Amino acid sequence: MFDPAFLFAGVLNGLLAGGIYVLVAVGLTLIYGVLHIINFAHGSLLMLAMYAVFYLWRLIGIDPYAALPVVIAGAFGFGFVLYRLLIGRYNHGRDENILLITLGLSIVIDNVALLFFGGDTQTIDVPYAGTFVEIGAAFLPLPKIISFGASLVICAALGVYMAKSDMGKAIRAVAKERQGARLVGIDVENVFAVSYGIGIACLGAAACLLMPTYYVTPSSGHAFVLVAFTIVVLGGMGSFAGAAVGGFIIGITESLGGLFLGEQLGQIGISLIFILILLLKPTGLFGSKA
Amino acid sequence: MSRAVLLCVVGLAAAVAYPLLVPNYLVTIGMLVFFTAFIGQSWNIAGGFAGQTSFGHVVFFGTGAYTSTILQVTYGWNPWLAWPVAMAAGGAVGWMIAVLSFRAGLRGSYFALITLAFAEVFRILANSVPFTKGGLGMLIKADPRPANFQFKDPIWIYYLALLLCIVSLLIAWQLTRSRFGARLVAIRENEDAARALGIDVFAEKVKVLTLSGAMCAAGGTFYAQKYLYIDPGIAFGVDKSVEMLLVSMVGGAGTIFGPLIGSFTLMGINEVTRWLASVVPALKNVQPLSLIVYGIMLILIVARLPDGLMSLFRRRPRHA
Repeated sequence: MFDPAFLFAGVLNGLLAGGIYVLVAVGLTLIYGVLHIINFAHGSLLMLAMYAVFYLWRLIGIDPYAALPVVIAGAFGFGFVLYRLLIGRYNHGRDENILLITLGLSIVIDNVALLFFGGDTQTIDVPYAGTFVEIGAAFLPLPKIISFGASLVICAALGVYMAKSDMGKAIRAVAKERQGARLVGIDVENVFAVSYGIGIACLGAAACLLMPTYYVTPSSGHAFVLVAFTIVVLGGMGSFAGAAVGGFIIGITESLGGLFLGEQLGQIGISLIFILILLLKPTGLFGSKA
Repeated sequence: MSRAVLLCVVGLAAAVAYPLLVPNYLVTIGMLVFFTAFIGQSWNIAGGFAGQTSFGHVVFFGTGAYTSTILQVTYGWNPWLAWPVAMAAGGAVGWMIAVLSFRAGLRGSYFALITLAFAEVFRILANSVPFTKGGLGMLIKADPRPANFQFKDPIWIYYLALLLCIVSLLIAWQLTRSRFGARLVAIRENEDAARALGIDVFAEKVKVLTLSGAMCAAGGTFYAQKYLYIDPGIAFGVDKSVEMLLVSMVGGAGTIFGPLIGSFTLMGINEVTRWLASVVPALKNVQPLSLIVYGIMLILIVARLPDGLMSLFRRRPRHA
């Protein structure tokens, strides 16, 4: 079991999974960094996007990777409207309130999915699912490698957008100092809605990249929500670099935990990291003092 | 005040007479109303009165259920004797989580999330360690004798749930008139101001979470004895946490009768959706339907009616 080749494969697999986690966590950390709300519905919205990818494939036969632009645009629109109609109206006041509202939202989304899609586990059979690539002693499924690369490209594109575009600059300005941003004429509410939309668009992208190798059920959101929060807290709430590093650490932790502790007990690593970071260093690895 | 006393007496008389007048099916529903109100009240004491919103209260529930069940099944204890031990275990877990979290200065959403993570750790452990029998869950041998905390007639378990509910109401009532309760409300409204007034915020929060944990654990044992079975998903799953939070929030967090009203409301919704599902064949999945309604209610209550349904009954402004 302590065979180095085995360990190598475990680390590689963890890195690949972590690449997609990064995308999920970047959305969450963006929403936190700009809006200062904890989006508890993040996992449920990811699940919804995964169903969108699944039905695009099942009904129209669109390959999950080819669906990327459609799903990203759809998820952005969904997030934008959701912010305008619900989140935006109540994101002021006690911070538990918005947490409770997003909890209510996740309950509604999970159960609407259960009502309409049923409780069965759904998967997509892509023709290249069985293709493996050999790296050193490890055999890695091709779709995981494609997804990993695509995730990094999307994150990089988002980084460039945030750094160069006018909207990106406005978002960063609002994240730093919302009063000041308002004073220089930035439409802060619009920036909030766009930021929430981009956060959800990241989930849309993650859903496309996950579906070739993962499955989806109405409770898939639960599996991701604690993972996403752990990554964000580990990296530091609101930090992009933190989300990236945290994603890889959590991916590897999960992979090695499963390897050494078994499928059941292996999941404990993520929750323990979450608890320990909150108790010992709540600002995370890259976070600034709140 | 006398009107309130009169209402309580009438309500109590109705609750006592109710199981004598209705079929067993409705007795069990009544039992569930009071039981859910009881565990909801345990959440309310920490989450409502003291403002320490928890997303993982099930950790206490599961600790209580597993403690009494393991003592009973593995070590042959009488469940009545195991009950106080289970409560002590729940209180100890509450104390531990409180000391760790509040020492680290966690507040608001962060506290809510860490309780969720603690519940998850307990769930995974219960799934993995040998003495809980892992994912198989634990069966309690059916032996319906009152001395054994098992009842043939659902009326007795109903009265026990009613008794628990009354005790929890008395505890909440006591909180509204004691200095301890006043300190908790001060902490909820403004923690820094409470500290400035000389309140030992840390000690009070630890105390309230210990009390809440012990109460919730009592509910766990009750549940295990009623259904004679627990597994990690039931005992530490997120569903029960959400249920406790929901009944308090919907009924009115930080009010005495909030959890009871919330529990009545949710059980009512349950029955209406069950009826709807039997009439409209397209809605054969009942469970998601009622949960959708709960979710919408939670959003509406937090957004529009922060004091819950209780505020609809009240004429005087809230003394907070």
